[in-house]
Amino acid sequence: MTVQLQFHDVTLGYERHPAVHHLDGRIRNGSLLAVVGPNGAGKSTLFKGVVGLLKPLSGRIDLRGLRARDIAYLPQIAEIDRSFPIDVYDVVAMGLWHKAGAFGGIVGADRDAIHQAVASVGLTGFEQRSIGTLSGGQMQRALFARLLLQDAQLIVLDEPFAAIDAKTAADLLDIVKRWHSESRTVLAALHDLELVKSSFPEALLLAREPLAWGAPSQVLTAENLLKARQMCEAFDEEAAACIAAA
Amino acid sequence: MLIYSTFIAPFIEFEFMRRALVGALALALGSVPVGVLLMLRRMSLMGDAMAHAILPGAAIGFLLAGLNLVALTVGGLAAGLLVALLAGFVARTTVLKEDAALAAFFLVSLAVGVTIVSIRGSNIDLLHFLFGSVLALDNQTLVLIAGIATLSLLVLSLIWRPLVLDCVDPGFLRSVSGIGAPAHILFLTLVVLNLVGGFHALGTLLAVGMMMVPAVASRFWARDITAMVFTAVTIGGLSGYVGLLLSFHAGLPAGPAIVLVAGAIYVASMFFGRVGGLVWQLFPGRHLEA
Repeated sequence: MTVQLQFHDVTLGYERHPAVHHLDGRIRNGSLLAVVGPNGAGKSTLFKGVVGLLKPLSGRIDLRGLRARDIAYLPQIAEIDRSFPIDVYDVVAMGLWHKAGAFGGIVGADRDAIHQAVASVGLTGFEQRSIGTLSGGQMQRALFARLLLQDAQLIVLDEPFAAIDAKTAADLLDIVKRWHSESRTVLAALHDLELVKSSFPEALLLAREPLAWGAPSQVLTAENLLKARQMCEAFDEEAAACIAAA
Repeated sequence: MLIYSTFIAPFIEFEFMRRALVGALALALGSVPVGVLLMLRRMSLMGDAMAHAILPGAAIGFLLAGLNLVALTVGGLAAGLLVALLAGFVARTTVLKEDAALAAFFLVSLAVGVTIVSIRGSNIDLLHFLFGSVLALDNQTLVLIAGIATLSLLVLSLIWRPLVLDCVDPGFLRSVSGIGAPAHILFLTLVVLNLVGGFHALGTLLAVGMMMVPAVASRFWARDITAMVFTAVTIGGLSGYVGLLLSFHAGLPAGPAIVLVAGAIYVASMFFGRVGGLVWQLFPGRHLEA
Protein backbone atom coordinates (compact mmCIF):
# COMPACT_ATOMS: atom_id res chain seq x y z
CA MET A 1 0.00 0.00 0.00
CA THR A 2 1.44 3.34 -1.00
CA VAL A 3 0.69 6.61 0.70
CA GLN A 4 -1.93 8.76 -1.02
CA LEU A 5 -2.02 11.78 1.19
CA GLN A 6 0.32 13.00 3.87
CA PHE A 7 -0.24 15.73 6.44
CA HIS A 8 2.91 17.43 7.72
CA ASP A 9 1.99 19.35 10.89
CA VAL A 10 -0.94 20.98 9.09
CA THR A 11 -2.80 23.91 10.62
CA LEU A 12 -5.80 25.24 8.71
CA GLY A 13 -8.04 28.09 9.75
CA TYR A 14 -9.49 31.52 9.20
CA GLU A 15 -7.97 34.88 10.15
CA ARG A 16 -5.12 33.15 12.02
CA HIS A 17 -7.52 31.20 14.27
CA PRO A 18 -6.88 27.53 13.72
CA ALA A 19 -9.82 25.27 12.86
CA VAL A 20 -7.58 22.26 12.37
CA HIS A 21 -4.54 22.35 14.62
CA HIS A 22 -1.27 20.47 14.06
CA LEU A 23 -2.49 17.50 12.09
CA ASP A 24 0.10 14.87 11.29
CA GLY A 25 -0.54 11.60 9.58
CA ARG A 26 -0.90 9.71 6.37
CA ILE A 27 -3.75 8.21 4.41
CA ARG A 28 -2.94 5.13 2.39
CA ASN A 29 -3.95 4.57 -1.18
CA GLY A 30 -7.39 2.94 -1.26
CA SER A 31 -8.37 3.93 2.28
CA LEU A 32 -11.97 4.44 3.28
CA LEU A 33 -11.70 6.97 6.09
CA ALA A 34 -14.54 8.43 8.13
CA VAL A 35 -13.80 11.84 9.63
CA VAL A 36 -15.86 12.27 12.78
CA GLY A 37 -16.28 15.12 15.24
CA PRO A 38 -18.78 17.63 16.62
CA ASN A 39 -19.89 20.67 14.63
CA GLY A 40 -16.99 23.09 14.49
CA ALA A 41 -14.42 20.31 14.80
CA GLY A 42 -12.77 21.31 11.53
CA LYS A 43 -14.01 18.50 9.26
CA SER A 44 -15.11 20.79 6.42
CA THR A 45 -12.02 22.95 6.90
CA LEU A 46 -9.78 19.91 6.62
CA PHE A 47 -11.52 18.84 3.42
CA LYS A 48 -11.24 22.31 1.92
CA GLY A 49 -7.53 22.11 2.63
CA VAL A 50 -7.26 18.70 0.97
CA VAL A 51 -9.04 19.75 -2.22
CA GLY A 52 -7.07 22.99 -2.38
CA LEU A 53 -9.80 25.54 -1.58
CA LEU A 54 -8.00 26.69 1.56
CA LYS A 55 -4.27 27.21 2.01
CA PRO A 56 -2.80 25.89 5.29
CA LEU A 57 -1.80 28.56 7.81
CA SER A 58 1.25 26.43 8.42
CA GLY A 59 2.48 22.96 7.58
CA ARG A 60 1.97 21.14 4.32
CA ILE A 61 -0.50 18.75 2.71
CA ASP A 62 1.33 16.40 0.36
CA LEU A 63 -0.98 15.04 -2.33
CA ARG A 64 1.68 12.71 -3.71
CA GLY A 65 1.39 14.01 -7.23
CA LEU A 66 -2.41 14.01 -7.43
CA ARG A 67 -3.60 16.72 -9.80
CA ALA A 68 -6.81 18.72 -9.37
CA ARG A 69 -8.53 16.45 -11.89
CA ASP A 70 -7.75 13.38 -9.76
CA ILE A 71 -9.75 14.76 -6.84
CA ALA A 72 -13.53 14.80 -6.64
CA TYR A 73 -15.17 16.95 -3.99
CA LEU A 74 -18.74 16.88 -2.70
CA PRO A 75 -19.41 20.17 -0.87
CA GLN A 76 -22.09 20.41 1.80
CA ILE A 77 -25.40 20.58 0.02
CA ALA A 78 -26.21 23.98 1.53
CA GLU A 79 -23.54 25.59 -0.66
CA ILE A 80 -25.47 24.89 -3.85
CA ASP A 81 -27.96 27.39 -5.31
CA ARG A 82 -31.02 25.18 -5.78
CA SER A 83 -33.08 27.99 -7.29
CA PHE A 84 -30.84 28.22 -10.36
CA PRO A 85 -32.69 27.22 -13.53
CA ILE A 86 -30.66 24.19 -14.56
CA ASP A 87 -31.71 20.57 -15.01
CA VAL A 88 -30.38 17.34 -13.53
CA TYR A 89 -28.68 16.31 -16.76
CA ASP A 90 -26.57 19.48 -16.87
CA VAL A 91 -25.61 19.23 -13.20
CA VAL A 92 -24.45 15.64 -13.67
CA ALA A 93 -22.63 16.59 -16.88
CA MET A 94 -20.44 18.99 -14.86
CA GLY A 95 -18.64 15.86 -13.68
CA LEU A 96 -17.03 15.68 -17.13
CA TRP A 97 -15.20 18.96 -16.56
CA HIS A 98 -11.84 17.13 -16.52
CA LYS A 99 -12.54 15.99 -20.10
CA ALA A 100 -14.58 18.82 -21.55
CA GLY A 101 -13.21 21.79 -19.59
CA ALA A 102 -14.73 25.20 -20.15
CA PHE A 103 -15.08 24.91 -23.92
CA GLY A 104 -15.01 21.24 -24.93
CA GLY A 105 -18.06 19.56 -26.41
CA ILE A 106 -20.06 16.71 -24.89
CA VAL A 107 -19.98 13.95 -27.52
CA GLY A 108 -22.04 10.79 -27.96
CA ALA A 109 -19.95 8.60 -25.65
CA ASP A 110 -20.15 11.29 -22.96
CA ARG A 111 -23.92 11.35 -23.23
CA ASP A 112 -24.02 7.62 -22.65
CA ALA A 113 -21.75 8.03 -19.65
CA ILE A 114 -24.05 10.73 -18.24
CA HIS A 115 -27.15 8.58 -18.68
CA GLN A 116 -25.36 5.64 -17.11
CA ALA A 117 -24.31 7.72 -14.10
CA VAL A 118 -27.87 9.00 -13.71
CA ALA A 119 -29.16 5.43 -13.89
CA SER A 120 -26.73 4.10 -11.29
CA VAL A 121 -28.00 6.58 -8.70
CA GLY A 122 -31.60 5.69 -9.54
CA LEU A 123 -32.60 8.99 -11.13
CA THR A 124 -33.49 7.76 -14.62
CA GLY A 125 -36.43 9.79 -15.89
CA PHE A 126 -35.38 12.87 -13.88
CA GLU A 127 -32.85 14.16 -16.42
CA GLN A 128 -34.95 17.11 -17.59
CA ARG A 129 -36.22 18.09 -14.13
CA SER A 130 -34.86 21.37 -12.87
CA ILE A 131 -32.90 21.00 -9.63
CA GLY A 132 -35.29 23.25 -7.74
CA THR A 133 -37.96 20.53 -7.96
CA LEU A 134 -35.81 17.78 -6.45
CA SER A 135 -36.04 16.59 -2.86
CA GLY A 136 -32.92 16.73 -0.70
CA GLY A 137 -32.24 13.04 -1.24
CA GLN A 138 -32.73 13.25 -5.01
CA MET A 139 -30.36 16.22 -5.17
CA GLN A 140 -27.73 14.24 -3.28
CA ARG A 141 -28.21 11.35 -5.72
CA ALA A 142 -27.61 13.74 -8.63
CA LEU A 143 -24.41 15.00 -6.99
CA PHE A 144 -23.22 11.40 -6.56
CA ALA A 145 -23.84 10.84 -10.27
CA ARG A 146 -21.60 13.84 -10.91
CA LEU A 147 -18.93 12.31 -8.65
CA LEU A 148 -19.16 9.04 -10.60
CA LEU A 149 -18.39 10.90 -13.83
CA GLN A 150 -15.41 12.65 -12.27
CA ASP A 151 -13.75 9.23 -12.10
CA ALA A 152 -11.28 10.48 -9.48
CA GLN A 153 -8.66 8.65 -7.46
CA LEU A 154 -9.34 10.70 -4.31
CA ILE A 155 -12.97 11.35 -3.39
CA VAL A 156 -13.79 13.81 -0.61
CA LEU A 157 -17.36 13.77 0.72
CA ASP A 158 -18.50 16.51 3.12
CA GLU A 159 -21.46 15.14 5.10
CA PRO A 160 -22.79 13.05 2.21
CA PHE A 161 -25.60 11.51 4.24
CA ALA A 162 -26.85 14.57 6.14
CA ALA A 163 -30.64 14.96 6.13
CA ILE A 164 -31.46 12.15 3.72
CA ASP A 165 -33.61 9.07 4.34
CA ALA A 166 -32.33 5.58 5.14
CA LYS A 167 -33.00 4.14 1.67
CA THR A 168 -31.09 6.91 -0.09
CA ALA A 169 -28.26 6.71 2.42
CA ALA A 170 -28.01 2.95 1.87
CA ASP A 171 -27.96 3.37 -1.94
CA LEU A 172 -25.29 6.04 -1.77
CA LEU A 173 -23.27 4.01 0.73
CA ASP A 174 -23.22 1.19 -1.83
CA ILE A 175 -21.61 3.58 -4.28
CA VAL A 176 -19.03 4.56 -1.66
CA LYS A 177 -18.28 0.87 -1.06
CA ARG A 178 -17.91 0.34 -4.80
CA TRP A 179 -15.33 3.13 -4.93
CA HIS A 180 -13.53 1.45 -2.05
CA SER A 181 -13.49 -1.88 -3.90
CA GLU A 182 -12.03 -0.10 -6.92
CA SER A 183 -9.11 1.01 -4.68
CA ARG A 184 -10.06 4.66 -4.80
CA THR A 185 -9.29 6.68 -1.67
CA VAL A 186 -12.44 8.02 -0.01
CA LEU A 187 -12.70 10.54 2.85
CA ALA A 188 -16.14 11.20 4.30
CA ALA A 189 -17.26 13.54 7.09
CA LEU A 190 -19.99 11.78 9.03
CA HIS A 191 -22.15 12.19 12.11
CA ASP A 192 -23.76 8.73 12.18
CA LEU A 193 -21.39 6.81 14.47
CA GLU A 194 -23.21 3.50 14.06
CA LEU A 195 -22.71 3.77 10.31
CA VAL A 196 -19.02 4.49 10.79
CA LYS A 197 -18.65 1.43 13.03
CA SER A 198 -20.49 -0.85 10.63
CA SER A 199 -19.14 0.29 7.26
CA PHE A 200 -15.84 2.13 7.63
CA PRO A 201 -12.56 0.36 8.30
CA GLU A 202 -10.85 3.53 9.55
CA ALA A 203 -11.91 6.65 11.44
CA LEU A 204 -10.33 9.96 12.43
CA LEU A 205 -11.83 11.77 15.41
CA LEU A 206 -11.23 15.47 14.99
CA ALA A 207 -11.84 18.20 17.54
CA ARG A 208 -9.71 20.89 15.96
CA GLU A 209 -6.84 18.69 17.00
CA PRO A 210 -6.72 15.06 15.95
CA LEU A 211 -7.86 13.06 19.00
CA ALA A 212 -7.69 9.51 17.73
CA TRP A 213 -7.08 7.79 14.43
CA GLY A 214 -7.52 4.11 13.73
CA ALA A 215 -10.15 1.39 13.82
CA PRO A 216 -13.59 2.89 14.61
CA SER A 217 -14.12 0.68 17.65
CA GLN A 218 -10.98 2.10 19.24
CA VAL A 219 -11.55 5.69 18.09
CA LEU A 220 -15.21 6.16 18.93
CA THR A 221 -15.09 5.43 22.65
CA ALA A 222 -17.31 7.35 25.07
CA GLU A 223 -14.24 8.87 26.65
CA ASN A 224 -12.86 10.18 23.35
CA LEU A 225 -16.23 11.59 22.28
CA LEU A 226 -16.67 13.49 25.53
CA LYS A 227 -13.21 14.96 25.16
CA ALA A 228 -14.00 16.00 21.59
CA ARG A 229 -17.10 17.89 22.67
CA GLN A 230 -15.24 19.80 25.35
CA MET A 231 -12.40 20.78 23.04
CA CYS A 232 -14.71 22.17 20.41
CA GLU A 233 -16.40 24.54 22.81
CA ALA A 234 -13.23 26.53 23.50
CA PHE A 235 -12.65 29.61 21.36
CA ASP A 236 -10.56 32.56 22.45
CA GLU A 237 -10.85 35.80 20.47
CA GLU A 238 -7.65 37.08 22.11
CA ALA A 239 -5.70 33.85 21.80
CA ALA A 240 -1.93 34.23 21.86
CA ALA A 241 0.21 33.11 18.97
CA CYS A 242 0.70 29.35 19.00
CA ILE A 243 4.03 28.35 20.55
CA ALA A 244 4.22 25.07 18.65
CA ALA A 245 4.14 27.00 15.37
CA ALA A 246 7.20 29.07 16.25
CA MET B 1 -53.38 49.77 -44.66
CA LEU B 2 -53.87 50.84 -41.08
CA ILE B 3 -51.60 48.01 -39.98
CA TYR B 4 -48.97 49.08 -42.48
CA SER B 5 -49.09 52.74 -41.58
CA THR B 6 -49.03 52.00 -37.85
CA PHE B 7 -46.45 49.27 -37.58
CA ILE B 8 -44.22 49.49 -40.63
CA ALA B 9 -44.42 52.87 -42.35
CA PRO B 10 -42.55 54.86 -39.69
CA PHE B 11 -39.48 52.73 -40.30
CA ILE B 12 -39.80 52.88 -44.09
CA GLU B 13 -40.30 56.61 -44.22
CA PHE B 14 -37.84 57.87 -41.66
CA GLU B 15 -34.20 56.99 -41.57
CA PHE B 16 -33.78 58.01 -37.94
CA MET B 17 -36.43 55.43 -36.99
CA ARG B 18 -34.57 52.70 -38.88
CA ARG B 19 -31.34 53.62 -37.14
CA ALA B 20 -33.07 53.66 -33.78
CA LEU B 21 -34.56 50.23 -34.45
CA VAL B 22 -31.21 48.72 -35.44
CA GLY B 23 -29.61 50.26 -32.35
CA ALA B 24 -32.34 48.95 -30.03
CA LEU B 25 -32.19 45.44 -31.51
CA ALA B 26 -28.39 45.30 -31.25
CA LEU B 27 -28.63 46.50 -27.68
CA ALA B 28 -31.18 43.78 -26.89
CA LEU B 29 -28.95 41.09 -28.42
CA GLY B 30 -25.87 42.11 -26.48
CA SER B 31 -26.98 43.36 -23.11
CA VAL B 32 -30.03 41.19 -22.36
CA PRO B 33 -28.07 37.89 -22.01
CA VAL B 34 -25.69 39.74 -19.69
CA GLY B 35 -28.74 40.87 -17.71
CA VAL B 36 -30.03 37.30 -17.39
CA LEU B 37 -26.73 36.22 -15.87
CA LEU B 38 -26.65 39.24 -13.58
CA MET B 39 -30.10 38.31 -12.31
CA LEU B 40 -29.17 34.66 -11.76
CA ARG B 41 -25.99 35.72 -9.94
CA ARG B 42 -28.24 37.80 -7.64
CA MET B 43 -26.60 40.97 -8.90
CA SER B 44 -29.72 42.53 -10.44
CA LEU B 45 -29.05 45.88 -8.85
CA MET B 46 -25.41 45.87 -9.75
CA GLY B 47 -26.14 47.02 -13.31
CA ASP B 48 -27.77 50.10 -11.84
CA ALA B 49 -24.77 50.83 -9.66
CA MET B 50 -22.39 50.35 -12.56
CA ALA B 51 -24.43 52.69 -14.73
CA HIS B 52 -24.00 55.42 -12.14
CA ALA B 53 -20.31 54.66 -11.91
CA ILE B 54 -19.85 55.27 -15.65
CA LEU B 55 -21.02 58.87 -15.39
CA PRO B 56 -17.81 60.59 -14.19
CA GLY B 57 -15.71 58.93 -16.90
CA ALA B 58 -18.09 60.07 -19.59
CA ALA B 59 -18.17 63.51 -17.97
CA ILE B 60 -14.39 63.81 -18.04
CA GLY B 61 -14.44 62.72 -21.68
CA PHE B 62 -17.03 65.41 -22.32
CA LEU B 63 -14.91 68.02 -20.54
CA LEU B 64 -11.93 67.23 -22.71
CA ALA B 65 -13.61 66.76 -26.07
CA GLY B 66 -17.25 67.81 -25.92
CA LEU B 67 -19.94 65.43 -27.18
CA ASN B 68 -17.40 63.23 -28.90
CA LEU B 69 -18.18 59.53 -29.26
CA VAL B 70 -14.67 58.22 -28.64
CA ALA B 71 -14.01 60.45 -25.64
CA LEU B 72 -17.34 59.62 -23.98
CA THR B 73 -16.88 55.89 -24.62
CA VAL B 74 -13.30 55.63 -23.43
CA GLY B 75 -14.07 57.75 -20.36
CA GLY B 76 -17.16 55.71 -19.49
CA LEU B 77 -15.33 52.42 -19.95
CA ALA B 78 -12.40 53.52 -17.84
CA ALA B 79 -14.57 54.72 -14.96
CA GLY B 80 -16.84 51.67 -15.07
CA LEU B 81 -13.97 49.19 -15.16
CA LEU B 82 -12.11 51.02 -12.42
CA VAL B 83 -15.11 50.86 -10.09
CA ALA B 84 -15.91 47.23 -10.99
CA LEU B 85 -12.36 46.02 -10.48
CA LEU B 86 -11.84 48.03 -7.29
CA ALA B 87 -15.06 46.60 -5.85
CA GLY B 88 -14.05 43.09 -6.90
CA PHE B 89 -10.63 43.56 -5.34
CA VAL B 90 -11.99 44.89 -2.05
CA ALA B 91 -14.56 42.06 -1.91
CA ARG B 92 -11.91 39.38 -2.36
CA THR B 93 -9.37 40.83 0.07
CA THR B 94 -11.37 42.40 2.91
CA VAL B 95 -14.46 41.62 5.01
CA LEU B 96 -16.73 43.68 2.73
CA LYS B 97 -18.99 41.84 0.29
CA GLU B 98 -18.99 42.89 -3.34
CA ASP B 99 -22.30 44.78 -3.15
CA ALA B 100 -21.18 46.86 -0.17
CA ALA B 101 -17.84 47.72 -1.76
CA LEU B 102 -19.58 48.60 -5.00
CA ALA B 103 -22.13 50.80 -3.22
CA ALA B 104 -19.37 52.94 -1.73
CA PHE B 105 -17.42 53.28 -4.97
CA PHE B 106 -20.33 53.98 -7.30
CA LEU B 107 -21.79 56.68 -5.07
CA VAL B 108 -18.49 58.52 -4.91
CA SER B 109 -18.14 58.09 -8.64
CA LEU B 110 -21.66 59.43 -9.24
CA ALA B 111 -21.00 62.49 -7.09
CA VAL B 112 -17.83 63.23 -9.06
CA GLY B 113 -19.71 62.84 -12.33
CA VAL B 114 -22.61 65.10 -11.44
CA THR B 115 -20.19 67.72 -10.11
CA ILE B 116 -18.20 67.76 -13.35
CA VAL B 117 -21.26 67.90 -15.57
CA SER B 118 -22.90 70.73 -13.64
CA ILE B 119 -19.74 72.84 -13.37
CA ARG B 120 -19.01 72.69 -17.04
CA GLY B 121 -22.06 71.68 -19.07
CA SER B 122 -25.56 73.00 -19.58
CA ASN B 123 -28.68 71.14 -18.46
CA ILE B 124 -29.27 69.83 -21.96
CA ASP B 125 -25.96 67.98 -21.82
CA LEU B 126 -26.95 66.49 -18.49
CA LEU B 127 -30.19 65.23 -20.03
CA HIS B 128 -28.25 63.64 -22.87
CA PHE B 129 -26.06 61.87 -20.33
CA LEU B 130 -28.89 60.59 -18.25
CA PHE B 131 -31.40 59.71 -20.94
CA GLY B 132 -29.48 59.27 -24.19
CA SER B 133 -30.73 60.00 -27.67
CA VAL B 134 -31.87 56.85 -29.42
CA LEU B 135 -33.49 58.89 -32.22
CA ALA B 136 -30.20 60.55 -33.14
CA LEU B 137 -27.81 57.63 -33.59
CA ASP B 138 -25.13 58.33 -36.20
CA ASN B 139 -23.18 55.66 -38.08
CA GLN B 140 -20.27 55.69 -35.67
CA THR B 141 -22.52 55.10 -32.67
CA LEU B 142 -24.43 52.33 -34.43
CA VAL B 143 -21.20 50.55 -35.29
CA LEU B 144 -20.08 50.91 -31.68
CA ILE B 145 -23.32 49.43 -30.32
CA ALA B 146 -23.32 46.57 -32.84
CA GLY B 147 -19.65 45.89 -32.21
CA ILE B 148 -20.22 45.67 -28.47
CA ALA B 149 -23.17 43.32 -29.02
CA THR B 150 -21.05 41.06 -31.24
CA LEU B 151 -18.15 41.04 -28.84
CA SER B 152 -20.28 40.31 -25.82
CA LEU B 153 -22.07 37.39 -27.53
CA LEU B 154 -18.69 35.94 -28.49
CA VAL B 155 -17.16 36.34 -25.04
CA LEU B 156 -20.29 35.05 -23.33
CA SER B 157 -20.25 31.90 -25.42
CA LEU B 158 -16.63 31.32 -24.41
CA ILE B 159 -17.12 31.79 -20.66
CA TRP B 160 -20.71 30.50 -20.46
CA ARG B 161 -19.95 27.18 -18.78
CA PRO B 162 -17.74 28.53 -15.98
CA LEU B 163 -20.17 31.42 -15.39
CA VAL B 164 -23.13 29.08 -15.00
CA LEU B 165 -21.15 26.68 -12.81
CA ASP B 166 -19.95 29.56 -10.65
CA CYS B 167 -23.59 30.45 -9.92
CA VAL B 168 -24.89 26.94 -9.27
CA ASP B 169 -22.03 25.42 -7.34
CA PRO B 170 -19.05 27.73 -6.81
CA GLY B 171 -17.32 25.28 -4.46
CA PHE B 172 -17.34 22.60 -7.14
CA LEU B 173 -15.98 24.93 -9.81
CA ARG B 174 -13.15 26.05 -7.55
CA SER B 175 -12.31 22.41 -6.81
CA VAL B 176 -11.92 21.53 -10.50
CA SER B 177 -10.60 24.74 -12.01
CA GLY B 178 -9.26 28.19 -11.29
CA ILE B 179 -11.15 29.75 -14.16
CA GLY B 180 -13.98 31.13 -11.98
CA ALA B 181 -12.28 34.40 -11.00
CA PRO B 182 -11.01 35.40 -14.48
CA ALA B 183 -14.41 34.52 -15.95
CA HIS B 184 -16.09 36.73 -13.36
CA ILE B 185 -13.80 39.65 -14.20
CA LEU B 186 -14.43 39.20 -17.95
CA PHE B 187 -18.13 39.15 -17.20
CA LEU B 188 -17.93 42.41 -15.21
CA THR B 189 -16.10 43.92 -18.19
CA LEU B 190 -19.01 42.86 -20.40
CA VAL B 191 -21.47 44.52 -18.02
CA VAL B 192 -19.55 47.80 -18.27
CA LEU B 193 -19.13 47.53 -22.07
CA ASN B 194 -22.83 46.96 -22.62
CA LEU B 195 -23.80 49.79 -20.32
CA VAL B 196 -21.46 52.12 -22.20
CA GLY B 197 -23.04 50.99 -25.47
CA GLY B 198 -26.52 51.46 -24.06
CA PHE B 199 -25.55 54.82 -22.62
CA HIS B 200 -25.31 56.43 -26.07
CA ALA B 201 -28.78 55.27 -27.03
CA LEU B 202 -30.68 55.26 -23.78
CA GLY B 203 -28.51 57.22 -21.35
CA THR B 204 -26.73 55.91 -18.27
CA LEU B 205 -29.91 55.28 -16.32
CA LEU B 206 -32.16 53.69 -18.92
CA ALA B 207 -29.39 51.48 -20.33
CA VAL B 208 -29.88 49.34 -17.24
CA GLY B 209 -33.58 49.09 -18.08
CA MET B 210 -32.82 47.39 -21.38
CA MET B 211 -30.37 45.10 -19.62
CA MET B 212 -32.43 44.02 -16.62
CA VAL B 213 -36.17 44.38 -17.24
CA PRO B 214 -36.46 41.82 -20.10
CA ALA B 215 -34.21 39.46 -18.12
CA VAL B 216 -36.38 39.69 -15.02
CA ALA B 217 -39.57 39.23 -17.08
CA SER B 218 -38.18 36.10 -18.74
CA ARG B 219 -37.93 34.37 -15.35
CA PHE B 220 -41.71 33.98 -15.50
CA TRP B 221 -41.62 32.09 -18.81
CA ALA B 222 -38.72 29.65 -18.72
CA ARG B 223 -37.42 26.99 -16.34
CA ASP B 224 -34.11 26.58 -18.06
CA ILE B 225 -31.36 29.15 -18.50
CA THR B 226 -31.05 28.69 -22.27
CA ALA B 227 -34.77 29.18 -22.84
CA MET B 228 -34.61 32.11 -20.46
CA VAL B 229 -31.96 33.89 -22.52
CA PHE B 230 -33.92 33.43 -25.77
CA THR B 231 -37.14 34.63 -24.14
CA ALA B 232 -35.40 37.63 -22.64
CA VAL B 233 -33.75 38.68 -25.92
CA THR B 234 -37.12 38.40 -27.67
CA ILE B 235 -38.74 40.56 -24.99
CA GLY B 236 -35.89 43.06 -25.29
CA GLY B 237 -36.20 43.30 -29.09
CA LEU B 238 -39.97 43.57 -28.88
CA SER B 239 -39.69 46.35 -26.30
CA GLY B 240 -37.34 48.24 -28.61
CA TYR B 241 -39.70 47.92 -31.59
CA VAL B 242 -42.95 48.69 -29.75
CA GLY B 243 -41.29 51.41 -27.69
CA LEU B 244 -40.10 53.23 -30.80
CA LEU B 245 -43.57 53.00 -32.36
CA LEU B 246 -45.14 54.29 -29.18
CA SER B 247 -42.72 57.18 -29.11
CA PHE B 248 -43.38 57.95 -32.80
CA HIS B 249 -47.18 57.91 -32.63
CA ALA B 250 -47.69 59.38 -29.18
CA GLY B 251 -44.81 61.83 -29.25
CA LEU B 252 -43.14 60.35 -26.18
CA PRO B 253 -39.39 60.44 -25.59
CA ALA B 254 -38.02 57.25 -27.16
CA GLY B 255 -35.66 55.92 -24.48
CA PRO B 256 -38.20 55.93 -21.66
CA ALA B 257 -40.86 54.57 -24.04
CA ILE B 258 -38.71 51.50 -24.74
CA VAL B 259 -38.14 50.80 -21.06
CA LEU B 260 -41.83 51.46 -20.30
CA VAL B 261 -42.86 48.82 -22.83
CA ALA B 262 -40.37 46.39 -21.27
CA GLY B 263 -41.87 47.29 -17.89
CA ALA B 264 -45.39 46.59 -19.16
CA ILE B 265 -44.24 43.19 -20.46
CA TYR B 266 -42.69 42.52 -17.05
CA VAL B 267 -45.93 43.31 -15.22
CA ALA B 268 -47.94 41.17 -17.66
CA SER B 269 -45.43 38.33 -17.20
CA MET B 270 -45.70 38.62 -13.47
CA PHE B 271 -49.44 37.96 -13.73
CA PHE B 272 -49.65 35.57 -16.67
CA GLY B 273 -46.18 33.99 -16.89
CA ARG B 274 -46.37 30.21 -17.10
CA VAL B 275 -43.64 29.76 -14.47
CA GLY B 276 -44.92 31.02 -11.14
CA GLY B 277 -47.13 33.83 -12.52
CA LEU B 278 -49.66 35.20 -10.02
CA VAL B 279 -52.74 34.19 -12.01
CA TRP B 280 -51.56 30.58 -12.23
CA GLN B 281 -50.97 30.63 -8.48
CA LEU B 282 -54.49 31.91 -7.84
CA PHE B 283 -56.14 29.46 -10.25
CA PRO B 284 -53.79 26.50 -10.29
CA GLY B 285 -56.41 24.05 -11.62
CA ARG B 286 -56.88 20.59 -10.15
CA HIS B 287 -53.75 18.90 -8.95
CA LEU B 288 -52.20 16.23 -11.10
CA GLU B 289 -52.03 12.51 -10.54
CA ALA B 290 -48.25 12.30 -10.19
